[in-house]
Amino acid sequence: MSTAAKPSSFNVAAVRADFPILSREVNGKPLVYLDSAATSQKPKQVIDALCHYYSHLNSNVHRGVHQLSQEATNAYEGAREKVRAFIGAKSTNEVIFTSGTTDSNNLITWTYAHSTLKPGDEVLISHMEHHSNIVPWQMVCEATGATLKVVPITDEGELDMAAFDELLSTATKIVAVVYVSNALGTINPVRQIIEKAHKVGAVVLLDGAQAVPHLAVDMQELDVDFFTFSAHKMYGPTGVGVLYGKQALLEKMPPFKGGGDMIRMVTFEKTIFNGLPYKFEAGTPNISGVIGLGAAIDYLLELGLDAVAAHEHELLEYATERIVKMPGVRLIGTAAKKAGVLSFVLDYAHPHDVGTILDHQGIAVRTGHHCAQPVMDRYDVPATIRASLAAYNTKEDVDALLAGIQSVYEVFGQ
Amino acid sequence: MMDGFGDLKDLYQQVILDHGRNPRNFHDLPEASNRADGYNPLCGDQVTVFCLIEDGHIKDVCFTGKGCAICTASASMMTQLLKKKSLEEAQTTFERFHSMVTGDEADAGSDLGKLSVFAGVRNYPMRVKCATLPWHTLQSSLTEGGVVTTE
Repeated sequence: MSTAAKPSSFNVAAVRADFPILSREVNGKPLVYLDSAATSQKPKQVIDALCHYYSHLNSNVHRGVHQLSQEATNAYEGAREKVRAFIGAKSTNEVIFTSGTTDSNNLITWTYAHSTLKPGDEVLISHMEHHSNIVPWQMVCEATGATLKVVPITDEGELDMAAFDELLSTATKIVAVVYVSNALGTINPVRQIIEKAHKVGAVVLLDGAQAVPHLAVDMQELDVDFFTFSAHKMYGPTGVGVLYGKQALLEKMPPFKGGGDMIRMVTFEKTIFNGLPYKFEAGTPNISGVIGLGAAIDYLLELGLDAVAAHEHELLEYATERIVKMPGVRLIGTAAKKAGVLSFVLDYAHPHDVGTILDHQGIAVRTGHHCAQPVMDRYDVPATIRASLAAYNTKEDVDALLAGIQSVYEVFGQ
Repeated sequence: MMDGFGDLKDLYQQVILDHGRNPRNFHDLPEASNRADGYNPLCGDQVTVFCLIEDGHIKDVCFTGKGCAICTASASMMTQLLKKKSLEEAQTTFERFHSMVTGDEADAGSDLGKLSVFAGVRNYPMRVKCATLPWHTLQSSLTEGGVVTTE
């Protein structure tokens, strides 16, 4: 998308005013928050929704006949409908609440994959996956005798699609890839991946954790089989996430966790499981978190996803143009299509030292391997410095980062 | 240099920057009697410590690896200080160093000589592991000789 597409209606000052935390100081300096890919900050609309729930609605859902339980249930199920509309699912039966992307990915591996994979089957993931889309597959392949294959990535941080074509075969039963890389910012060609995978009869899981805050998604248009994401990276609360699955697949899957709410009838001889989506929501759910996610969706829609994406893209271009001109900077992840992430190393200072010096100036970045150690190995770096962008960031934030890097150079670069 | 950085000067003292850039005893030791790998999965610091122990003394000690300035300088100065020391002295020094950087004792470090440059680390709790990783690794090489991680 071009920067010219940025609508003049996007008022970043007004957006910033919605986020109470942005007015605090860190180490005596105004907070410059550039770690939204780890977790985004929360607008007062989301914080108020949590507060309102606990102040006015708090009770358990799907249980009581009393008024509070009914109101809480309405709010909880209302949020499910908001998620359905937000991701373009056909039915709320396809929207399962989990504790986050990791939980959602594990649900798929331990139910769908565990019950269908056989020795000789193959699972295809990519070299740029987050650990949460690697480790569960290693575990389920170990348990079922299936083989895990990895699509390599290029020097620029793009999926090697020629290699993908070679690795994909009728033995491939599941393709599990990230939509937007948390470590590199790469936006993967997911439509092409899904189309090709379906041609060989494989189902596709997209890890959408870094995608949903930055781009509009539509499950029916994508024709994806499973899609997972977290609330906390899209201005919502921590501890809540979503698993989207096509209804036909979800219906065939065995339950993941057993307990209350996921059953119709329990005797010691036999238990009848509940229908979708409750079959996969054992126990009292994260009611306030789900309601908070609903508020986050309202908030994002009010800002306008296209306007947010254009704003972030403009900032990313602004930052990229300037940072590459600084001495000793190596960008990690230079894909043609990127969202929200500037990952880099300095040849004169270790990321951890950079993180401390930036923190001293009130600048929050992530330093480390970003739960993507294979990506670090691929580029032969122990860690990177990652600045990640959200709707509330400004050119002044980027300028503060660049000045911060300059100060690191003054300490270490001589 | 570092004008306006306040107590960052306490963390990144000139001696630390120097050892971070030009670590001493930075090589492997084929004749080592003890070795261990240390790893901080949080930030990617990785050190391998090699020792040659004879008659209860550290005849030689050196290290390899990749780490931040604090970790590298800590390993470098540790190896300088402990060479020719007895195992008991090494253990006592480690305990004093640990107390100093974790801030258990207000005046800890006063008798640590050159190592007192690491006293500033106590103000950066996230960085304590960087400074102690080489020491934990050394200790591991002297005891179980395994892999140590700090997280």
